[in-house]
Amino acid sequence: MTPAAPSSDPNPRSSRDAILGRIREALRVPAPPPHVLDRQLVTAAEPSVEPRPEGGRGFPSLSVLPAEAGRPWLPDGGATPEERLALLTDNLEKLRAVVHRCDSADEAGRVVAELARSSSWQRVAWHHDALVEPLLPQLPCEAVAVDGADGSDKRRLEACDAGLSSCELLVAQTGSILVSSRLSGGRGLSILPHVHVVVATISQIVGTLGDALEATKARHGGQLPSMLSFITGPSRTGDIERILVLGAHGPKELHVILIG
Amino acid sequence: MTTLEHTAARPAKETDTRPFAETAETGGKATPKRQFLRDAEAHVADTGHRSFVRSALGGYYTSRDTQKARYRDWEHARDAASLAKWSAVNRLDELLEQFASRFEARGGTVHWAANAEEARSIILGLLRKAEAKAIIKSKCMTSEEIHLNAALEEEGYGVVESDLGEFIQQLRGEPPYHFVFPCMHVRRDEISTLFHDNLGSEPTDSPEELTMIARRHMRQLYVNADVGITGANFLVAETGQISITENEGNARLTAALPKMHIALVGIEKVVANLDDLSVLLPMLATAGAGQPMTCYNTLYSGPRQEGECDGPEEMHVVLLDNHRSAILADPEQRDSLHCIRCGACLNVCPIFKNVGGFTYGTTYQGPIGSVITPHLRGLADWNHLSGASSLCGACSDACPVRIDIHHHLLHNRRNAARTAPNWLEKIGHRLFVVVASRPWLFRIAGWIARHTMGLARRLKPPLVREWLASRDLPSPPAESFRTAWRRRQRSLPSPSQGSPA
Ligand code: SF4
Repeated sequence: MTPAAPSSDPNPRSSRDAILGRIREALRVPAPPPHVLDRQLVTAAEPSVEPRPEGGRGFPSLSVLPAEAGRPWLPDGGATPEERLALLTDNLEKLRAVVHRCDSADEAGRVVAELARSSSWQRVAWHHDALVEPLLPQLPCEAVAVDGADGSDKRRLEACDAGLSSCELLVAQTGSILVSSRLSGGRGLSILPHVHVVVATISQIVGTLGDALEATKARHGGQLPSMLSFITGPSRTGDIERILVLGAHGPKELHVILIG
Repeated sequence: MTTLEHTAARPAKETDTRPFAETAETGGKATPKRQFLRDAEAHVADTGHRSFVRSALGGYYTSRDTQKARYRDWEHARDAASLAKWSAVNRLDELLEQFASRFEARGGTVHWAANAEEARSIILGLLRKAEAKAIIKSKCMTSEEIHLNAALEEEGYGVVESDLGEFIQQLRGEPPYHFVFPCMHVRRDEISTLFHDNLGSEPTDSPEELTMIARRHMRQLYVNADVGITGANFLVAETGQISITENEGNARLTAALPKMHIALVGIEKVVANLDDLSVLLPMLATAGAGQPMTCYNTLYSGPRQEGECDGPEEMHVVLLDNHRSAILADPEQRDSLHCIRCGACLNVCPIFKNVGGFTYGTTYQGPIGSVITPHLRGLADWNHLSGASSLCGACSDACPVRIDIHHHLLHNRRNAARTAPNWLEKIGHRLFVVVASRPWLFRIAGWIARHTMGLARRLKPPLVREWLASRDLPSPPAESFRTAWRRRQRSLPSPSQGSPA
């Protein structure tokens, strides 16, 4: 890559300005709000016509229906920790993920070791993390760190049978696992190996997607990880005659180890 | 016989008949309208194809209903989703600027493309800069819209579609049949033959085994690719992130392993806040594929950051206008930009299910494609799509963001009637008004019709010939409705004699 490489846009400013100019011109005529059942919501979501001091229109959004209000129309996220745990487990099983409940890190280590033996894994990829590391001593096969001193090598990762990672949190409402490039060993670990094993504690379970996004913003502040991914079940496709097949390109198997 | 080659091979002459409504404006050879009529006729006659497509959609209806039932109030969720998109599209300028500045603050680059040509040249420029040798691509309808693959291949770049459906379509040399289910029209034995011929795999009739063949084939391609190209489903202005929804994991791999990630995204994809996705992501999955959530919903805020162990060195977002600002300028149809491309309107559309995806001849098929294509490619040539609707409203009912799709089709018809009136239709309507508003004339016209219907059935004169080719006229009634009514009134007992019960 030469630093002197010419910019790929012949005239970047002009297209940007032309597009924004056309948009502003178009928006001079307001569009009526959609036909919704609950007219009260409209007022709350309306782009304010009051100009803000710094110019432009206001910035409302769905925060009219704040996450704390529970959004009583979306699928339920569970009211108590017990409900959330039950809902999460149920959703994950429906998605054909395998849930393992463990009391301790030691027991979790035995579960992973058993998985490794029964599927004859040769190599397992992992990353440095307080939940992941205790599982390694019991592993009956080679373990490869993706965030070691020698850096991540995608060919080496491709040769691994399974990836062992932690996650940001788990969402009861949808049975999703939120992984990130910062806390879950980068981008490749949770997607390239044939099997993905997630270790988490039950305290990481949140109710809804709204709660998950809120908590993630609060945790990372303005510096969000470069990738945040909601994983909802093992990789799947229905492209052939709309028949469900697991393991299209991502992991065929998803194991969730819940400690606590 | 369900193959589409069969359709394409039909001689043009045989189907070169025009229905009553069409007049002299299509003098030329293969106008989009003629192609539509020809392909529609062929598909409708192909009952094997139709029942295959219907049965492929059968599972979708069941799982969609199961998932919808998990919403405590689906209609209310639709309200929220449509308002989120409405409030974003109506301040698109601010949100795009906000997105661009926040995304660039994290080390990515935003490019603005006014049209398809510009988008292609931006992407080609990036590939040259990266000295790309192998390109992997995940499903991106915007790239179909600008015919990116053809442009890349012309410049000598090999590009592999990684989504299974798109990969199958790429091998078949066909565009997607449905913008969410690209190869839903292809039978497994055809796929088996295709893989056997192209990848040297053993024939099989198991969808599972076929998927694994593609999986094995693709893995090294991900690892070897130096540039990954994706689309995006949402741009989040608040956080400067792009959001990609997929089931297979191919987009995750495309954005993880190559050293450059390019995302090509339409400007209408922006939403204001990250929180908006907590409503839009599950609804996209439920409406589009009957899932609680699509398997991978991933947010990217730039290239690999300090302290992360992998990810691309560079990330570029190409924002594409390509006539979207023209749709924006029409306040009546502006909401067609709210579309989140879930595909639900196609899945429920009786026209789509009968004429099939290719008949539309558009990048975006089905009801929403019929609404926006006239804006993207010109009303004069594409207005016939507004007629490809029974106006039953199934599309509008299915739409998670409450786009009033079937009324927009009606609006397009009105606009076309204003700008390019169909004279034969106009004369017909005038004539009808004259006749229908004069009882004596109406009576005479009725008499003539009753007495010539039988003849028309036998002689099949021009104008009704095509209509009669696949339909039959009922036998003419012996008397007019008015005569029958009068007779009936007379034979009934008069109200004073009848019992009040
Ligand atoms: S118009 Fe509505 S139903 Fe159709 S694809 Fe777009 S969002 Fe889905």
